[in-house]
Order: sequence, then structure tokens, then C-alpha cells
Amino acid sequence: MATLDSKIPQGPVESKWSKHKADIKVVSPANKRKLDIIVIGTGLGGASAAASLGELGYNVKIFCISDSPRRAHSIAAQGGINAAKNYQNDNDSVYRLFYDTIKGGDYRAREANVYRLAEVSNNIIDQCVAQGVPFARDYGGLLDNRSFGGAQVSRTFYARGQTGQQLLLGAYAALNRQIAAGSVKSFPRHEILDIVLVDGKARGVIARDLVTGEIKRFGAHAVVMATGGYGNVFFLSTNAMNSNGSAAWRAFKKGAMFANPCFTQIHPTCIPVHGTQQSKLTLMSESLRNDGRIWVPKNKKDVELLRANLIKPSEIAEEDRDYYLERRYPAFGNLVPRDVASRAAKERCDAGFGVNETGLAVFLDFKTAIERLGADVIRARYGNLFQMYEKITDVNPYEEPMMIYPAVHYTMGGTWVDYNLMTTIPGLYAIGEANFSDHGANRLGASALMQGLADGYFVLPYTIGDYLSHEIQSPKVKTDTPEFDEAEKAIKDKIERLFAIKGKQSVDDIHKKLGHIMWEYVGMARTKESLEKAISEIKAVREEFWKDVRVTGTNNEFNQELEKALRVADFLELGELMAKDALNRNESCGGHFREEYQTPEGEALRDDENYSYVAVWEYEGEGKEPQLHKEPLKFEAIKVAQRNYKD
Amino acid sequence: MGNFLTSSSIGKKFVMSISGCFLLLFLIFHMVMNATAVISPEAYNVICAFLGANWYAVAGTAVLALGVLVHFLYALILTFQNWKARGGVKRYAVTKKEDSVSWSSKNMFVLGCIIVVGLIVHLYNFWYNMMFVELVGQHQNAMGFAPTDGASLIMYHFASIVWVIVYLVWFVAIWFHLTHGMWSMMQTVGWNNKIWLKRLKVIANVLSTLIMLGFAVTVIVYYLKSVGFDFFGLISW
Amino acid sequence: MNLTLKIWRQKDAKSKGGFETFKVEDVSPDTSFLEMLDILNNDLIHEGKEPIVFDHDCREGICGMCSLHINGFAHGPDTEITTCQLHMRKFKDGDTITIEPWRSSAFPVIKDLAVDRSAFDKILQAGGFVSVNTGGVPDANSIPIPKKDADESMDAAACIGCGACVATCKNGSAMLFVAARVSSLAKLPQGKVEGARRAKAMVAKMDELGFGSCTNTQACESQCPKLISISHIARLNREFLKAKFRD
Repeated sequence: MATLDSKIPQGPVESKWSKHKADIKVVSPANKRKLDIIVIGTGLGGASAAASLGELGYNVKIFCISDSPRRAHSIAAQGGINAAKNYQNDNDSVYRLFYDTIKGGDYRAREANVYRLAEVSNNIIDQCVAQGVPFARDYGGLLDNRSFGGAQVSRTFYARGQTGQQLLLGAYAALNRQIAAGSVKSFPRHEILDIVLVDGKARGVIARDLVTGEIKRFGAHAVVMATGGYGNVFFLSTNAMNSNGSAAWRAFKKGAMFANPCFTQIHPTCIPVHGTQQSKLTLMSESLRNDGRIWVPKNKKDVELLRANLIKPSEIAEEDRDYYLERRYPAFGNLVPRDVASRAAKERCDAGFGVNETGLAVFLDFKTAIERLGADVIRARYGNLFQMYEKITDVNPYEEPMMIYPAVHYTMGGTWVDYNLMTTIPGLYAIGEANFSDHGANRLGASALMQGLADGYFVLPYTIGDYLSHEIQSPKVKTDTPEFDEAEKAIKDKIERLFAIKGKQSVDDIHKKLGHIMWEYVGMARTKESLEKAISEIKAVREEFWKDVRVTGTNNEFNQELEKALRVADFLELGELMAKDALNRNESCGGHFREEYQTPEGEALRDDENYSYVAVWEYEGEGKEPQLHKEPLKFEAIKVAQRNYKD
Repeated sequence: MGNFLTSSSIGKKFVMSISGCFLLLFLIFHMVMNATAVISPEAYNVICAFLGANWYAVAGTAVLALGVLVHFLYALILTFQNWKARGGVKRYAVTKKEDSVSWSSKNMFVLGCIIVVGLIVHLYNFWYNMMFVELVGQHQNAMGFAPTDGASLIMYHFASIVWVIVYLVWFVAIWFHLTHGMWSMMQTVGWNNKIWLKRLKVIANVLSTLIMLGFAVTVIVYYLKSVGFDFFGLISW
Repeated sequence: MNLTLKIWRQKDAKSKGGFETFKVEDVSPDTSFLEMLDILNNDLIHEGKEPIVFDHDCREGICGMCSLHINGFAHGPDTEITTCQLHMRKFKDGDTITIEPWRSSAFPVIKDLAVDRSAFDKILQAGGFVSVNTGGVPDANSIPIPKKDADESMDAAACIGCGACVATCKNGSAMLFVAARVSSLAKLPQGKVEGARRAKAMVAKMDELGFGSCTNTQACESQCPKLISISHIARLNREFLKAKFRD
């Protein structure tokens, strides 16, 4: 059994990273040329890591499932990226960003990692500006900021409503430069189906060329997973259609332990579900909560009239509106963290005040802001989001409030990593959303972009050198070894098995069933009963999948059904682990809300005595219960308290 | 500088732009010259005589011919390359014109071909009977006019309603070609932006209309004169 | 809604391909176009037939993956959208819809409606970057940039690399795509440093890969999901010619 060593450096939190950087080894340029690194994924984490490693002189191979690295789902992040620049003179600091992130994560994140994140946040902004990222600016020519949930300062840098896109294009450009220089080789439309271990170390991957179906082997001295989150286990989420948890799950089965799988972020401002034919949910940026006010009618009568389409929301008088976030959380108002806002919306809808035909929506209204600032200012700030909303719903948000409802958005849980971002498999790293480390039980808005780029630009390039400094004597990894043979055979067998089922249901049919179970029983509110139910139902659906799924076509071609089947097969196992983790955690914290554990006001009730730990799950083999390890969370720089967004 | 004018796409477009601009300037000159014929056939003939087959006129004609040739050859090359780039024979089954796209911009090559055919006819009608006659050392063309008597030649051709219609159609084609070509050439050399795009389009429309009106007036006035209309004595020659 | 779909099917890059006709029934006007294709594909799988391959990912109009030519328009008959943002309410019950892949010799069809757009990556690899390494850069606020320039740079940077400009251009020209990158960086002091090199290298790569040339029809900007203006093409022309005449 592997042991958990988080390798957190000694000393005060402010100096841990500097001290660690001084302590770890480096690799000489001549030796870097001899070392190969595989990076899986081309989002903010993967692209920035591959580019930085390429610049350093390593031989990098980067893989993505899309037709271009630029399509990774980081591109869809809208609102912004946090940094402790304090350009607004509002008393922001590295410590405050660190504090807000720990508090926002409901005291379930690792202090040392979060402090480092806050520390390097400023470098990210500098780096992106140097790359030509067109951040929003003031008339004086300096960078502009806005506010995000869970913060009382303006520290979010943004590029209209397309910040993720601009940051990713910056990282992608840096990556392109390295591809042109020959230090990085890019493999688009390739999916990683397994991690190959040699003598217990990560030594390569098995990939499927998505166009030809060819199964290929790639060897390297280290492998970096930058594969994002697993929110698609819910079928309906704000994730891209192809986002998946397969690489992380394959790694789990090879010994990389999985941390806090139940920590899922439900984003409060998404466009509500319109019907059963829906394929995905669209996020409306959190930045909208800077100027938008969230409300439902005070009176049930108005709710009924709205649902029957007899009145328009704009016709409801001011005094008949319940701005419930402002009512419940006067200090933060509409800018409470996401988990709080989502639960509050659910609470109102459960109480019967939900406003669209399904009763599952609340209003996000810009009336006050338009009156105060004028439609032009609002258009300049959120024009593209308003346009997107109107295209999807056919409702003009300048005239009528938007309708929103919470949806699965981000997974704070992920592959367990130590302070060096290395998983429990030596030589296998996990960065960005794929790892678990920085966001605890709830991620603050505009922090995902920060973490992806921090890991890729400023953390991994240092820490991976420490590991690789011991590998300079290792020759090029050969891929014609029994370990690769075995891994390839296992994949080919699995693919054959899938084709052989020839059942009646499509992969999507079964994925939808899984998604339904996950949303109903492992969603925004969980109970012991619901989770036990989920575990048994997921098992049943998994059996159904392996008996009755139909995968059309063959392996030797561009086969999107096969791609989906392989991913859903993994989701069917991962979903169960999420439910188990949620069942184990007998407390409510951040995005994990167990109905049994709440304060009289309906807030999350943590149990610091018994659950102030990272739940780390180890794979024990097919059909066996995974084993739980606990990494205790020590808070030295911050006093643990109940989160309070009221005053 | 290298050979970017022949090898790169923007270089080739630059040549199109510059040669087009040159041809446009010639058109303006030609139009002004023709307009003279409306006011006074004698004055027009003075210009014809001044140009005649003198070295500068011949040199000018040669440069002009080169301009036309370059503009047309480059158009041929670019059109073929563009057709190939679009997928050659693998084309869309359904295509529609986008509302904001002008018809002429999508049909510049077709318009150009019409213009060239018209040009050949026009050269046969006039240049062959004027400068060419002088060049081969004769003093009289097939119609029996002196080669510098342009005004009579105009009158001779545009007394026929067929020629009038052919020329007017030709002018319309040139008008379409110019409305797009004029702002397009500015765009190609990079002298354009969001604000100027609208202005350039207006300028292009106004200028091409003025030029083509100038030409059309000459044709129509000579035709009407030939059928005996004297413009209430306004045009008294 | 009930619809008839004429869809291009092509087994792989080498096959010839042709149209096949399908029917879909009971489609809600609120579904997106791609969800309508999901419904069709699910039906096909249930019938044991091979579903239609098409590229898609984020389904919110930003990744640039979806790429369908619908009833004669790149991304379909609506403006300022990608295919995934097209909704069925733009069609009428009983309509026949023709769906084709992007057509351009630089974007060969891989299968059915999916094309290979790696040419775009190659163009950007030729010079669509600022040559700075990670670390060692000045403070973000050390160079003020006029708001107007930053905004204009952002206008161009909004490009999602979907290829609708190439798909819709009668010349298969990638000028709008190339211009968006060149122009975005040309408006920033950070990008200006290697502006001349960038414009030359990217245009050379674009020509080499078999894209056509720009005849200023403005079809590209009319179909661009992000409404990127051809004024950026003017700037690219300017940057390129300036660079060439200086050489």
C-alpha cells in the first residue's frame, strides 16, 4: 500500500515556497535535452506547462482530444482571473487572496498550496500581458478589475466575457512557439487510454488516434495529466461535450489515488434546462452578479401567473420581489460564493417560488443596473453574455430578467497530489482542475484560471525538475516492453468487449441514466439514504451498460460512439466513488451539502473535529472496495471558523 | 523586397490594386476627354490631333496596354488559384449570397471578362481607326475620316442604336466593377478601417457613377444629335 | 417539428462521399441544431446504423469546434453564432435542411461532416505569438496601453478559429483568420516588436497551405460568429506590405 506524504515544506506559510524552491534540485540544460515529458491535455494547465517545459529544453509531447489545442474547455471560462495585485488600492494582498480562497473552500484545502497559488498569482498577470493578452483597461491605459463572489475586493482581471479564451490563446501561442521550435510535438485528436508504469514509475501512455483508430504507444520520463474535471459524470453540466475523467480514472486504477471525489461545484448562474432533448448546460458568467440582482416573487400568486405566462417578470412590482441573497447575506449580497448562491436558489425553488414552467429557475435582473448606469455601460460590460443568452432563450435580457438555475460546473476533487503536484505514482503529475489541491470544498470564481496557469507556468516547471534530476541517467523509454504490451492488450480487449455487446441502448441513453442518478442523489443536496440509493443504482446501470450498450462502427475509423463509450464506462465507476466519498463525509462543507448536517439557518455545518481531512481513495482491484486514506489538514496561518457572508 | 509581388497572395493583390488604380486614373482622363466632345467636337479633335500617334501617346498606350494585361493576367491567375483553394470541383451543393455582400464583389472576374470583350470591340471601333491608322502611315480610315477626326468617328458609331445599347451595357458592367474595385483597392493596400470603409464605399459609388455617367452622356448626346434632337439649342454644334 | 435532412456522408478522407436523406420527428423548437443531430444519431444507433460524425465540443459558441454548412450558410441561417448556438426555432416545421462539411482544399474532410483544420494551427505556429519565455517579464502595469487599442486588440482576439471565414469565402481565403491574430498583436506594444516578421511568416504559411486570396467580398465578416471586421484585413495588408517594402 502506498503511503501519503504531502511533502509540505517546513516553516511559516509565507516562506514555504521560496524555501522549497531553494531546496529542490534542478536539471542542467544538457540533461534536459535528454529527458522526455508527456503532457495530456491542452487547457490552461497543459498548454502553459508544455510551453514552459519546452522553453526549458525538455522534449515534450502534448496530446489533446480536439482538433486543435486551442479548443480545450478552459476556453469557455468567461469572467476572469484573480490576482493579488492590489492595483485598486482596496487593501488586497497575497494573504487576503490566500485567506479568501481557504475560506471560500470552506477550510478543506491545503494551506501551503493555496498560499503558493496566491503568491504566484501576480506573476501570471505579468506573464499574460507580456504574451499580448488584451485584458480590459481603463482610460489611463492601466489594467481594470472587477469583483467576484466570495471577495470584498476587486482583484479579478478580465477580457470582456472571454477571459478564459484570451488566457488560453496566450498559453496556446506560447505552445505554438515551442512547437515551431521543435521542443514540443503536438498530437491533436489523440485520446489517452492508459498510463503505463515501469518499475512503479509512470513511463508512458497508450493513446488512440481518434481519426484512424490506431492504438499507439508513447514513452517518457514523466507524465503530466492536465485533463480537467469530471463534471460530465452528471451528463448535463457546463463542461464541454468531450470533457471526461478517463485519464485520471485510468491513473487511479494504476495506483494514483483520488482525493475528495464528492466535491463538485454547482454553479448558480446557468441557463435552466429546457427539456429532455438537452445535451448540455450553458453558464452565464458569475461576473453578471456584479450588476445583476437575483430574486424570485414574494407571492405565490405571482409565481403561478409567471408559470402560466400570464404576466411578464418586469411587471412585478419592486415591493413584491424577494431579493433573497441580499436579504440573507447583507454583507456580500449577490456576490456570495457559488455554493451558497446555488443552495439559496434551490431553497427558494423547493419552497415553491421557482419561476419558469418547470419551477426550477430564479431571476437575474439588470433593471437596477440599467437604470443606474444606462444600457450602454451594461452592454459594454456584458454584451456578449447578453447576446448569448438571447440566442439560446429568445428573451432579451435588457428588457426582461434572465432566468437562471444552478448546474454542475467544476470538480474541486481530483487526483491526489503532493506539494510538488506529483500523484502517488512516481513521475505522474496532475495539474489544474485535474488535481484536488487548491479549492477545498468550493472554488471561488476566477480562481480556476489562476490555478491552471499557476501550476503550468510557475509550479510544475520547478517541481518536475526535482524528480527528473534523478532520471538523467535513464535512457529513452522503450515502448516495446512487456509493460506496454500488456497495457495495449488490455485496451484492445476492452474495446473489443464494447463492440461485442451489441445491445439496444446508445451510450447517451445510459449516460443520461447515470446523470439522472448523480443529479438527484449526489447533487446539490445529499443524504445518507440518497447516497446509498445512488451507489446501488449506479451499480445496476453499470451492469446494464456492459450488457446492453450498442457501440456502432469499428475501432479502425473515426468513431465518436466508441470514444463516448470508453468515457462513460469510466464515469460509471467514478460516479460510484463520488457517492461513496459523499457518504463517508458526514458533514456539510462548501459544495458538499448533506441535509443531515446544517445550521438552523440552513447553512453548511462542518465537522472540523472528525472531517478536517482530505479523503484520499486508493484502488484495490476489480470488484473490491477502494481503501480510504486521510490526509489531515493543518491550519497554521488561518484560524478555522464557520464561514460567514452575512456581516 | 524579393518576388512577393508574384509569389505571395497579398503581393499579387497589391499588383491588382495598383494596376486597377492606374486603369481608373486612365478612365477618368478618358471620360473628361470624351466629355469635351459633348461641348465641342472641334476641341475634342484638337486633343485627338495632339495625341495622334506621337511618341508620348504611343508610349502611354503601350503602358496602358501593359496595365490592362497585368490586371487581367493576375485576375486569371488569382481566380484560378482561388477556385482551387475553395475545393476545386468539390463544391457546396447549396450556397447563398449573404445579405451584406455586394453582388459585384462576388462577380469581379465575370465583370472583368465582359469589360475585356467590350474593350476589344471598342479598340476595333476607335483605336484601330485612329492611332493604328496613323501608325501604319495612312491618312484615312475605312470610314473615310482622317485618323485625328475622333468626333466624326463618334458620330458615325453612335448614330446606331445597337452600338448605343452595347456601349451602355458595357458601361454598366464597368460601373459594377468600379463600385467594388475602387474601395477594394484601398483595402488591399491597407488604407482602410472601420470608419473609412463606409466612406470609401460612398466615394467609390459616387465616383464610378460620375465616370460612367460622363461616358454615357457622350454616347447619348451623339445618338440624339444623330436623330436630329438639338437639345433646345443648348448644344449648338 | 418534423424535418427532412440532406446530410453529406463520407466514410473517410479518401472516399468520394455523397448526400443521404434522413427524417427527424418531434423536435422542439427550443433545441439547438446540434441537439437535433443528437436526436437523429440516437435514432440511427437504435436502428443499428452508423451515426453521423460531426465536430462539436463546448456547445456554447467559444471553442470553435463545430463546423457545419447549413442551407448554404456557414454555421447556418443566423448571424453572430456558431452552429451550436443555432436553434431550431430558426426553421419551420416540414423544412428540408441541407448539411455539408466546410469546403476548402486546405480543410480536407475526415469523415462525414468533420474536417481537418490543422492548417490553422500551422499558420499560428509560423508566427502567431509574442516571443517571450515564462518568467522574467515586466510588471503588467509597466506599459500603459490606450483603452482604444486594447479594445481593438480584443475585437480581433475574439476569433475562435472555427474556419467559417474560409468556409464561406468564395476563394477559400483565410485572410480574416490570419488578420485577426496579426491585428490583435499589432495593436499592442508587446506584439509590435516582432510585427513585421509575424505578418510575413503567417502570410507565407497561409499561402503555402493552399488558402485562396482575399477579394474583399466581406462574406467572411458576415458569417463570422464573433463579427470580426475586415478592417483587420486592411491592417494585415498594411503590416505585410510595410514589412516587405522595408526589406
